[in-house]
Amino acid sequence: MIESQDFRETTPERLIGEVQGMRDAGYRLVQIGATRTEGFEINYSFDRNLEFVNFKIRLADNTEAIPSISGVYWSAFLYENELHDLFGLNIKNIHIDYQGHFYRVARPAAFAEKPPPPKIKRAVKPTAGTEVKET
Amino acid sequence: MPFFTISKTILRSLFGRPATLMYPAVPREYVEGSRGHIEIAVESCSFCSLCQRKCPTEALSVDRETKIWKIDRLRCIACNFCAEACPKKCLSMATGYSPAVTSPGETEEHHA
Amino acid sequence: MRTIIPFGPQHPVLPEPIHLDLVVEDETVVDVIPSIGFIHRGLEKLVEKKDFQEFVYVAERICGICSFIHGMTYCHGVEQLMKIEVPPRAHYLRTVWSELSRIHSHLLWLGLIADAFGFESLFMHSWRLREKVLDIIEATTGGRVIFGSCKIGGVRRDIENGTLREIAAKLRDYAVEYKDLGNVFLNDLTVKRRLCGVGVLSGPDALGLGSVGPMLRASGVAQDMRLLKYAAYGGIDFAPVTAEEGDSYARCAVRIGEIFQSVEIIRQCSEKIPGGAIEIKVTGLPEGEFYARTEQPRGEVIYYIKANGTKNLERLRVRTPTFANIPPMLKIMTGCQLADVPVLVLTIDPCISCTER
Repeated sequence: MIESQDFRETTPERLIGEVQGMRDAGYRLVQIGATRTEGFEINYSFDRNLEFVNFKIRLADNTEAIPSISGVYWSAFLYENELHDLFGLNIKNIHIDYQGHFYRVARPAAFAEKPPPPKIKRAVKPTAGTEVKET
Repeated sequence: MPFFTISKTILRSLFGRPATLMYPAVPREYVEGSRGHIEIAVESCSFCSLCQRKCPTEALSVDRETKIWKIDRLRCIACNFCAEACPKKCLSMATGYSPAVTSPGETEEHHA
Repeated sequence: MRTIIPFGPQHPVLPEPIHLDLVVEDETVVDVIPSIGFIHRGLEKLVEKKDFQEFVYVAERICGICSFIHGMTYCHGVEQLMKIEVPPRAHYLRTVWSELSRIHSHLLWLGLIADAFGFESLFMHSWRLREKVLDIIEATTGGRVIFGSCKIGGVRRDIENGTLREIAAKLRDYAVEYKDLGNVFLNDLTVKRRLCGVGVLSGPDALGLGSVGPMLRASGVAQDMRLLKYAAYGGIDFAPVTAEEGDSYARCAVRIGEIFQSVEIIRQCSEKIPGGAIEIKVTGLPEGEFYARTEQPRGEVIYYIKANGTKNLERLRVRTPTFANIPPMLKIMTGCQLADVPVLVLTIDPCISCTER
């Protein structure tokens, strides 16, 4: 069986209202996740008795301020800190703000870098026994 | 009964055979099909290097000129992907772990 | 007087690193601040470099215990995007392996919780029984915990119908021993003193904090992602195991109940499994976005897959059950006794390296 995928668009301004509506309707916060596209996409997923709903916000870049939904769903602070540390998204008023110390990463906001363009030819792999320089 | 609930299990262990193997006096027997390590029948290898391209951990290296097939045992995850891809079917998955090596990056060479 | 006691990242009950700052008033914990991120590996980013078919191996290695279900969820998501019809026999085999990994994961957890409340021999007996399940897994897939048997378009290995019936019969024999073991966990006075009424999470709280899996079901919410009928669960007769109390004892009871449920599901699979091919040839490339949701031993896992028609996926996001269960863990720890902290950390069945990916 293919699960239905319900994607709804929203904006940072309308976000809190929409999320509050989901909370009042008895939905459970499933996850918050971001995607690096040309800009950024943030998905907020909710579930109520296996009924799965997604809200999507599109952003031009990661400096735009996004309101935190941790006031509505307390458990959202983990996801929002993750988004800040991996994507460098600017989320305002997180209930517990780790200020970028949630993940110990080598480089801040590494996931915000654009993926390399798809290669047509397969890259030459290092052969076993040769030294590989870590970059 | 809220007391001595585990006594039945303990008595069974006490009078039964030990659950563990008396290793190394009794060697471990591997079941057939256990993924232990990759073996090569290097005589029938055509050095096409398909296994090298397929290997997800880049553990294999094949040299067509010198006819050497190398494997880094510490990188190999025994996934069987190379054996599935091999056109000559000279690669096979064997049971049992490969012996220890003395340094990382040490490769095992097979000459044709 | 308030004191802050650091708990972790290295602690005898913790197999993996998580750090908790416990704000303690006398012996009572009044506030907890978690800190994770010690083992962030960036596996989600690796999807940009690995071929989407090769990535199954990486997905399986996100977690060492629910590895098969990680790989299966990834395959399920990609198959849905590519509109691949997996042969029904492969679906049944995936179901059997998922349930075997659920049995071994729950037995592992029973051992760990016994160790946390200081019942050492119970821990050893749980793991002795787990070892027998691992033997079945090794005989059918070739690996003990990393099965490596799932691939996009089906499965790599077949289990013959006769062998499958033997496995079901073997598990029925083991179930007798599971029952003796479960009897200790559920009826022993000393065990009950450590579990009953500790860390109570009410149903509305569990939903509001987004908890998943046994954590949610132990609070009386009958939610199980297997009801979404992925793999062969559509043809299997089962109902989520629930408990009402929401305390550590209820979570223990739910997991023990699920072990028997898994034995029963494998029995049903061994009878209902259809013949036919076990894999289908995969052509083309995935495109679009999809949320794959499945039920792991620890709860609901989510794979968000976004593909753009190349051989590398654009984005893979994994939300593992432990990540969702951390907020409810903080909730049940506020107000508990300091001595109960290890038990409460373990009742969510933490798997930190899968949390951080």
